[in-house]
Amino acid sequence: MSETQTDRTLSSFTKHLRQTEISLPAHLITTSLNELNGKSFPTTRSEAWKYTRLTKLSKLSPTLASKQDGTNGTPFAIHSTGNFLVLENGAIHLDASRFETVTGLTIKRFSECNAEELQHIGSLLTLENEPFNALNTAYLQEGIFIQIADKVQIEAPIELIHLLSKVECSATIRLYIHVGKFAKAEMTIGTWAAGADKSILNAVTEIHVGEGAHFTLQKLQCEDEGNFQICTEEITQDKDSVFTMHTVTLNGTLVRNNVRVRVNGTNCETNLYGAYLLKGNQHTDNHTVIDHMMPHCNSNELYKGVIDEQATAVFNGKVFVRKDAQKINAFQSNGNVLMTDTAAVNSKPELEIYADDVKCSHGSTTGQLDEEAVFYLQSRGISERSARNLLVEAFIGEVLDKNDNQDFVAKTNAILNERFGWER
Amino acid sequence: MITIKNLHASIDGKEILKGLTLEVPAGQVHAIMGPNGAGKSTLASVLAGREDYEVTEGSVDFDGVDLLELSTEDRAREGMFLAFQYPVEIPGVSNVNFLRTALNEIREYRGKEAISAKDFMAMVREKSAIVELDPKLASRAVNEGFSGGEKKRNEIFQMAMLEPKLAILDETDSGLDIDALRIVANGVNKLRSEKNATIVITHYQRLLDYIIPDVVHVLYNGRIVKSGPKELALELEEKGYDWIKAEQEAK
Repeated sequence: MSETQTDRTLSSFTKHLRQTEISLPAHLITTSLNELNGKSFPTTRSEAWKYTRLTKLSKLSPTLASKQDGTNGTPFAIHSTGNFLVLENGAIHLDASRFETVTGLTIKRFSECNAEELQHIGSLLTLENEPFNALNTAYLQEGIFIQIADKVQIEAPIELIHLLSKVECSATIRLYIHVGKFAKAEMTIGTWAAGADKSILNAVTEIHVGEGAHFTLQKLQCEDEGNFQICTEEITQDKDSVFTMHTVTLNGTLVRNNVRVRVNGTNCETNLYGAYLLKGNQHTDNHTVIDHMMPHCNSNELYKGVIDEQATAVFNGKVFVRKDAQKINAFQSNGNVLMTDTAAVNSKPELEIYADDVKCSHGSTTGQLDEEAVFYLQSRGISERSARNLLVEAFIGEVLDKNDNQDFVAKTNAILNERFGWER
Repeated sequence: MITIKNLHASIDGKEILKGLTLEVPAGQVHAIMGPNGAGKSTLASVLAGREDYEVTEGSVDFDGVDLLELSTEDRAREGMFLAFQYPVEIPGVSNVNFLRTALNEIREYRGKEAISAKDFMAMVREKSAIVELDPKLASRAVNEGFSGGEKKRNEIFQMAMLEPKLAILDETDSGLDIDALRIVANGVNKLRSEKNATIVITHYQRLLDYIIPDVVHVLYNGRIVKSGPKELALELEEKGYDWIKAEQEAK
């Protein structure tokens, strides 16, 4: 029996949550509360959620859970050197973190920011008809402000560890990252779960990549099956900047990634790479937007997925080229391998071009492993299992190999080995 | 080496092999010729273990083991090798990586230790020289972007690496120019020994000028209908297959 929509109101979801105590600009809080008040979760009738059902999520009434004393972040850390900051159930956990001062790098809580700094937060985030963004504003638990000074190069990647460790809890976190002019930095975000179930992470990351700056963000999404994750990345690029993002999704009952890059300067480069390897009843939904607002820019987007058992995936990639954004090279590609008859994917690459002197392409392929290739490998003495692994690795390797961060790749490979028995 | 008795095989309910009997002893090269549709490639596929084909009757003894009971990979591990008529392109899987996996799985099956990286690379250099395969191709993705001749040379290179007891060459000569044909045939000849056997499946006598067979068989309508010395191939080249067909219909 289908339940009525009113059973799944946002207010039933937020009833155990607390309105934010962070001094965000007041009009954002007001708008967010208006967006949530009396509204329901989006259904598959709305275009943005057409292939992702929020039914299971909307039935939850998560609580706020605190961090635990004995938590150690080290086992979750992807990098052996450099800083890592642990956020457990949405609460900052300094005892579990590893922190050293780095010249030119400021990391502080929103509560430590001055009014001028706070003005930037949320300024480009859409709240209208975006309930998760509204939740991330009105019910924000913790905010981290990261600033990389002009002309500074941060050697070790800045690492953030999201850890869910309680049942049916909610973690609502905002990051604001400002990459100064001509600066260069790399950030790694890992999302993990230990002892959590039916818990949800709602993370919004706002990134401003300054003129001539280089910034790389890599995400490893490894929450246990049973937990939910809604991630939104809102990126603005100034001229001559390079932004690269790797999103690797290996676990989680429902993972939704919303990425929007506003390329608001000339001579920029934007790279979005995604890999999702799913099994069981997992569902991963990647929504991306690259908005070319200025001329003479390049963007590359490659997302690939391997979907096993009953898992499902969605890819919706949009590339806009605005009217005066001439001389744009934009490439977008999505490829999927379905390992079983019950696995499914909905892939929708979209291009909207309003300029007339551009080079853009997009494509999407979905299929099974090439059985002729499996037979060929078997005929050389390779077991069927190894043959399939070789083919899957070759397929997904194309996107995983785009990442030259060895620690990140090693951790990914270790988890793939653990979960799928793959040796890479 | 291999003894095939009264082999019947069908695909989608249609019988292709209709009681094929063939024996190839160690140290010999046997050629199987025949008109299109006679069942030549079906024989290769059935021996390699392609699942699309159903064996309904008969037996295949491969050096003392019941071949039909084995999976495709175990047939390879027992020492069977099929050179494909149409080698498959496998993007992203490097030739050497795949061959090393294959070699080590075969060695494990035989209770041997994995080959060291150094020994393996030395072997790649030595064996690729046999078929004059550019060592650069050895490290490229399997067959991807290879010319027709390079693909066939790659098949023989793999055969050299895996050192099979029985090699089945399925129309390896098709589409090759004289130079490529000579290189491929030289490779096969260099690998011939008293301990292994080769079955050469071909439509044309031309290949048999380079790989001299001990016996030539004619496969027609799913059975071996005639066997003879290498001169039989020349006779077929000259007279075609019509006289065979006529002979069979007269029976």
